[in-house]
Amino acid sequence: MDAAQALADLTEISTQIQAALIADEKGAVLASTFADDATAGRAARSALDLLAAAEDAGPNGTVRLTQVLAATRAGSVFVVRGEDRIATAITGSEPTVGLVFYDLKTCLRLSAEQSEKTKRSRNEKEDEGKSVDA
Amino acid sequence: MRSALRWGVVALGSAAGLALWRRSSSKGRERVELYFSDGSMVSFPEDSTEAARLIPLARQVLTSARG
Repeated sequence: MDAAQALADLTEISTQIQAALIADEKGAVLASTFADDATAGRAARSALDLLAAAEDAGPNGTVRLTQVLAATRAGSVFVVRGEDRIATAITGSEPTVGLVFYDLKTCLRLSAEQSEKTKRSRNEKEDEGKSVDA
Repeated sequence: MRSALRWGVVALGSAAGLALWRRSSSKGRERVELYFSDGSMVSFPEDSTEAARLIPLARQVLTSARG
């Protein structure tokens, strides 16, 4: 399942999520449910800023920060961090926190699995090409 | 017997009222929760310095997302 499909499934099953995106750790948007790319890009960069600041605010140590929830009166922001990408979602106020995190983590895992499969098959094709050339 | 029953009803009603009041007063409060790979979690209430730093960034995400 690619990132766009994973997000489409996420917004279909989770009625609390108003918008969501998947981005790499540099802020490049891989998929989003936002109306346009510029908006998604701004939201991705803001989410990474939040993640970086949260990392500074947390206890120092070797334990990795994996999830952030910021609840405001205007709505909540969820950020889940995977190996090489993040998933961010916004909801209204007072969401079911555990459920949103679960759905977001599932979405991130499915999109990462597909990315890994694509990488692997590309590498296999390249290897085949090299062995034919040799 | 009747008096004990009455006091029991009053005590139950008070406990329920207190629970409802506590629930409604915690609603709408701003906070930040950080979750770590070892399963630990840190929560910053809205009057903490950490939340004061992180909540504006969360608002920025909401503003960016909602346009």
